[in-house]
Amino acid sequence: MTLASPSARWRHSELLLPTPAGLYCPPADIHIDPVRPVARALITHGHSDHARAGHGAVLATRETLAIMALRYGEGFAATQQVAEPGEIIRIGEVAFRFAPAGHVLGSAQIVVESRGLRIVASGDYKRERDPTCACFEVVPCDIFISEATFGLPVFRHPPADGEIAKLLESVRLFPERTHIVGAYSLGKAQRVMALIREAGYERPIYIHGAVEKLTEFYQAEGIPLGEIRKVADFDRKALGGEIVICPPSATQDLWARRFPDPVTAFASGWMRIRARARQKGVELPLVISDHAGWDDLLATIRDVQAGEIWVTHGEAEALVHWCGTAGLRAKPLHLVGYGDEGEADPKEEVADAAI
Amino acid sequence: MNRFAWLLDRLAYEPRRNAKLALITDYLRSTPDPDRGYALAAMTGGLAFRNAKPGLIRALVAERTDPLLFGLSYDYVGDLSETVALMWPARHGANAVPHLPEVVESLREAGKTDLPRLVAGWLDALDETGRWALLKLITGALRIGVSARLAKTAAANLGGVPPDEVEQVWHGLEPPYRELFAWLEGVGPRPEARDPAPFRPVMLSHPIEDGDFDRLDPAEFSAEWKWDGIRVQAVSGRKADGSRVTRLYSRTGEDIAGAFPDLVDELTLDGALDGELLVMRESAVQSFNTLQQRLNRKTVTAKMLGEFPAHIRVYDLLADGEEDIRHLPLDERRGRLEAFLSRLASVRFDLSPEIPFASWEKLTAARSDPASAGAGADAEAVEGCMIKRRDSPYLPGRPKGYWWKWKRDARLVDCVLMYAQRGHGKRSSFYSDYTFGVWRVAAEGGEELVPVGKAYFGFTDEELIELDKYVRKNTVNRFGPVREVTHEAQAGLVFEVAFEGLQRSTRHKSGLAMRFPRISRIRWDKPPREADHIEVLEALLPTNV
Repeated sequence: MTLASPSARWRHSELLLPTPAGLYCPPADIHIDPVRPVARALITHGHSDHARAGHGAVLATRETLAIMALRYGEGFAATQQVAEPGEIIRIGEVAFRFAPAGHVLGSAQIVVESRGLRIVASGDYKRERDPTCACFEVVPCDIFISEATFGLPVFRHPPADGEIAKLLESVRLFPERTHIVGAYSLGKAQRVMALIREAGYERPIYIHGAVEKLTEFYQAEGIPLGEIRKVADFDRKALGGEIVICPPSATQDLWARRFPDPVTAFASGWMRIRARARQKGVELPLVISDHAGWDDLLATIRDVQAGEIWVTHGEAEALVHWCGTAGLRAKPLHLVGYGDEGEADPKEEVADAAI
Repeated sequence: MNRFAWLLDRLAYEPRRNAKLALITDYLRSTPDPDRGYALAAMTGGLAFRNAKPGLIRALVAERTDPLLFGLSYDYVGDLSETVALMWPARHGANAVPHLPEVVESLREAGKTDLPRLVAGWLDALDETGRWALLKLITGALRIGVSARLAKTAAANLGGVPPDEVEQVWHGLEPPYRELFAWLEGVGPRPEARDPAPFRPVMLSHPIEDGDFDRLDPAEFSAEWKWDGIRVQAVSGRKADGSRVTRLYSRTGEDIAGAFPDLVDELTLDGALDGELLVMRESAVQSFNTLQQRLNRKTVTAKMLGEFPAHIRVYDLLADGEEDIRHLPLDERRGRLEAFLSRLASVRFDLSPEIPFASWEKLTAARSDPASAGAGADAEAVEGCMIKRRDSPYLPGRPKGYWWKWKRDARLVDCVLMYAQRGHGKRSSFYSDYTFGVWRVAAEGGEELVPVGKAYFGFTDEELIELDKYVRKNTVNRFGPVREVTHEAQAGLVFEVAFEGLQRSTRHKSGLAMRFPRISRIRWDKPPREADHIEVLEALLPTNV
């Protein structure tokens, strides 16, 4: 961190502060992941609770802009600007930099730096290896802004390859039944496909209509997913023994009924909690998360060496409490409008179903 | 331990019986001795550890976690074993995953002082699922929806034998059941049943159909009341050292003796009785609702024993002393039973009376009015009659041509569909659980519907598809998994609901609880205003309450 005279340094809230529209940077007059239309926005990643249509100017990674265009149409914002990874973009006296967040393809943390004060708004992130996106970069900073979707010590995500092994073991055991895997259509679905391929499964993977466009986008970005087939092109009754990937809501839908004696799986960090899985009628829970679990939240907070932690959304209370026990200043920001992936997330589903 | 944990994990999420069976069979086939035997013991309730208790787990986790974080987590998860399994801090370097036999043998033998260190060491080395399985094993409640019978059926599959064959040798065996597996896999002899009080698979009946009577000669049959209780088998015998072993089995072979010391203490003769578990007060049979107070408990308090005295109304004798008499004809067994009961001379065991009848017409009359046909004050607890061929041997399972059940005609009432909920398993995407109500006078005048019951069967698969469609089209409100469906005087759906009996209940808004309700017909044609009023049901309530 560069040194600056104490009098010139920003007070924290002068550089970045929570507002009803989202995090706001007054010296650059720009919002991060705003939940309502604003003049200028920085977008961390393409999930619909972070990337919304209707802003004036949008600055994001090339992949995130492409995902927004797929979901909302080319005219999702008045102007678009690509943020190259590592490149420093100056707006007024603030320097912005996008660093990989490891969450989904194109996801980034936003490094906000001015007068020797560096704040990292991490958006949503994970530390676990993911063959479909660039891995999380540790950026040392003064203030680290973290999500806490899985901010309780019960959320310890197991290695994803073990969960995929559970799926393939079940396919072996029930070769006559269709395995329907609920997975969020941006990121999770493609990660599950990639992991299935890494595990050596070579049969075609079938996908629901709501997953098609984003899967094609991932493939066009050079991520190998093997042979992908559209369920719509086949008689569902004939798909016994196959793996089908669909949005989570579809597993409980009329749509899922026509498969032969389906096994319902769901790939989500929420599947760690048995009652959650049972409420959703899931028979084969796969604990695969695109958010950091408890251990990785703590490890990341230690890695970035920040003196102060702001917690945006999720289980903020427990994470703030832990920071206190570790001698770190921490506060919850109580930002609203950011859904967690397992809760009823109709907006996401509608957005996905529309493309 | 990992494979066992994997199995429990899969079973906990699997709603289908046949799929559970496939999972267990696959596990038993592919797992070596003695691991599979201890797993089978865990699933059949055959393991008990004196010193390992939930308190131990609480103490261990309190030493290792922040109390506020534990509190927040426990609130979120809602289950102690699961919270501890997930929160337990990993200890790097601890990787000697314990084997199931090591865990079971140590839990049996370890004293109170060694246990905490031992259990903590295992928890350190296991992953989340392994820890959860271990904690389930220690607390003794697996809660994975597997009955002892289902687990034994899976074992029987290994040898391609009927599950009753396993049942017959079962009680002579001890975990890890090496002899059992050797026999089933064809590398050992059939184990000898050495248990002094073994379970004998029960004989079941078929529902009688109208046409059956034409082919049956009443002279060849006896009839008894069908009591609305729980089928049990009470068995007593002596070990080689002369000490008495008495067990009370459910019809699936689960030993429930622990909750019925009042019966166990009274059965002091060697033999095996088949009968109906009831609660009797002042020699009157109480309702099934009252009996329920004694069911599904591991232990029982002195107060419960006093308030809800248990009783067995006996209808068959399977073993008299050490002699197995199942091959004898029913009439002969009944003669032996009468003698047995008079020797036993216990007020808690009595003979199920025969219904005298000379023709099927006479029996029909008795069945429609049990009170004046001999059942007297107990008529409320009669749910029909049993018809048994006088020369029938006692055969396991549901053999054809010997025993029939002839239930009382169900009561019918027209109700209005009010709420629907999604079902489970195969029906998980269908609205298949229906709450229905009848009309009553509302407090503020006019009429309102009040829920009187819930049913989730009685309709065909085709009807279910129609009902599901109806629910989705006529939803007026959603509460989580429940949908409120239009129910007005002019708009709504009427069900003809069949049920077996009615009790007063303080748990329900209507003050009524139906026994065994099911949808008998869907009245697409009937407007809701023509459904029944609550007075119709209230008139059916037993008067002796």
